[in-house]
Amino acid sequence: MGIRLYDGRAEELLQAMWLIRAYEERAVALQAEQGVPGTCTAVGQEAAAVGVVSALGADDLILTNHRSSGHLLARGADPGRMLAEVMGRRDGYCKGKSGSLHISAKDLGVVLTSTIVGGELALATGVALSQQMLGRRGVVTCFFGDGAACEGRFHESLNLAALWRLPVLYVCENNQWQAFVHRRETMLADNIAARAAGYGMDTAVVDGNDPEAVRAAALEAVESIRASGRPYFLEARTYRLRGHFEPDDQAYVDPDELAAWRARDPLALLEARLLAAGRIDADALQALRAEAYRRIDAGWRFAVDSPYPATAELTTDVYA
Amino acid sequence: MTRITVMDAIDQALAEEMAHDPAVLLMGEGVATKRRALVEAFGPARVRNTPLAEGIIAGTAVGAAATGLRPVVDLLFAPFLCYAMDELVNSAGKLRYLSGGQFDFPLVAIAMTGAGWGVGAQHNHNLEAWFAHAPGLKVAMPSTAADFKGMLKSAIRDPDPVLFFVDIALAYTDGEVPAGEHLVPLGRAARRREGRDVTLISYAKTVPVCEQAAELLAAQGISAEVLDLRSIKPLDEAAILASVRRTGRAVVVHEASRTCGVGAEVAALIGEHAWDALRAPVLRVTGPDAPAPASPPLEQAYVPQPAAVAAAAQRLMAGAEAAACV
Repeated sequence: MGIRLYDGRAEELLQAMWLIRAYEERAVALQAEQGVPGTCTAVGQEAAAVGVVSALGADDLILTNHRSSGHLLARGADPGRMLAEVMGRRDGYCKGKSGSLHISAKDLGVVLTSTIVGGELALATGVALSQQMLGRRGVVTCFFGDGAACEGRFHESLNLAALWRLPVLYVCENNQWQAFVHRRETMLADNIAARAAGYGMDTAVVDGNDPEAVRAAALEAVESIRASGRPYFLEARTYRLRGHFEPDDQAYVDPDELAAWRARDPLALLEARLLAAGRIDADALQALRAEAYRRIDAGWRFAVDSPYPATAELTTDVYA
Repeated sequence: MTRITVMDAIDQALAEEMAHDPAVLLMGEGVATKRRALVEAFGPARVRNTPLAEGIIAGTAVGAAATGLRPVVDLLFAPFLCYAMDELVNSAGKLRYLSGGQFDFPLVAIAMTGAGWGVGAQHNHNLEAWFAHAPGLKVAMPSTAADFKGMLKSAIRDPDPVLFFVDIALAYTDGEVPAGEHLVPLGRAARRREGRDVTLISYAKTVPVCEQAAELLAAQGISAEVLDLRSIKPLDEAAILASVRRTGRAVVVHEASRTCGVGAEVAALIGEHAWDALRAPVLRVTGPDAPAPASPPLEQAYVPQPAAVAAAAQRLMAGAEAAACV
């Protein structure tokens, strides 16, 4: 399975979002039933992932954080190889050495999933420097959260990218949560994009739960980067509907806030809009959902059938 | 052969490798200011001043290395590496493995280290053992101008991340250096002096200390071999063991603090693999477990001196009991 390119039809976006949701549900179940470790879902953030990734071309590259399953799947990752990786199997994208928290997929242009918050920001400038110096056209998309925006590397990265005119699309998925701490407890400002503007970067803030709005903003951002060669900062306002990792009872979450964002579930919002406008019918919706769950089922069977790596793999790949 | 300083040998290596491979670039705080000749030869895109921010300098190098460039970053002084530890240890050292071998990280991080300038502990801290302990990294710490050139060239061509330490006390010493192509492989020790009775094992500025100690010992009829490790990782285990098997005695000497230092690793290696050849315990002569002071006499006292190395060797010659009374 290679890089997925999008023509922008709403059904295409919805299909990608359902695939992510079905994958996350399976990952949660695998954790609950089999103790598969390291599950950090991005349930509720599917629109931000699909909206941005659907705006990318085949030459573009991605660096992301520990909530990367949406970015990978939207980019065309094989759910079977992802689940195999999460389960520590040989046929995972990284031979089972990454687990869920560090998946990279060179064939898809996904250079890094960083579990060190801000690690993706630290490396994005270098990846973009390669693009610039080697004359490659692709834009480097760097996904991170509001938590990473509190790291020093956020500021170092933005400053250097602006200074060196590096082709980076910074995508802050502002999901309001930094592990177990609400964003309100960590910063005075409500908006992270203002920080990027301070470094001389063009910015946009978008409803991160609306995939069509995110896609439109991302297309504009990518076009701006390709035309100017300068970085661009896109803030997607969204919400982490599940806990920091699995299991997490979310007892620390304000129930009213959670309910308000659940009512803005990005999949439900898009479905309602498409149905209301007559752009899709209920049968097609049902078929689309069923196909997503079928693909995750097939992927899970592939992962279960994949053997664990041989013990000899313990010390391979350390050095070239 | 021409006689040049270590700093000039480093410049030669950089210029030759930048000419050899267009993917090589140099980044760091002041590299374009200090190395005008490289800027003129290769242009400002390949010799870049950076903001004073070690973390993003190293992170940029790691990202660039993963995607086709061969960055060399000058992070100035070894203690500043602490600001770049995440990028060097968590990214450069681990991401090849975590990616299942999908990405390579050919980069070199240069830093000066050690006593000699009286600049105190936030500029002077020998951190080589930290990086040797971190998986996925290589660590070079040469002692001669020729090796600085030959090993830096090898480090730049190496497919893995290399920490390249420049001992401040050696930076402006000179030595014979082959002109043109001169590659010294990483992971190979060099025998600086042959001897029969004891092996003095060291690297960086304490190699000449060991050579002076060997002279002192020779005057007393003790024949000391001097082994310059040159690379801390990979460590030339075969050379260490072969030498100790010949002499039956070893003193490991380094400026870095003793606890969990390179000396402990070398001593353990000898204990594990050459126990039968030992005629006395392995001794260490190292810097103390203390930050490096600025005061010149204290700074010099921090560094192992020839007389102390010679005294350790003499205790070994006197037998195991005397050796144990350190």
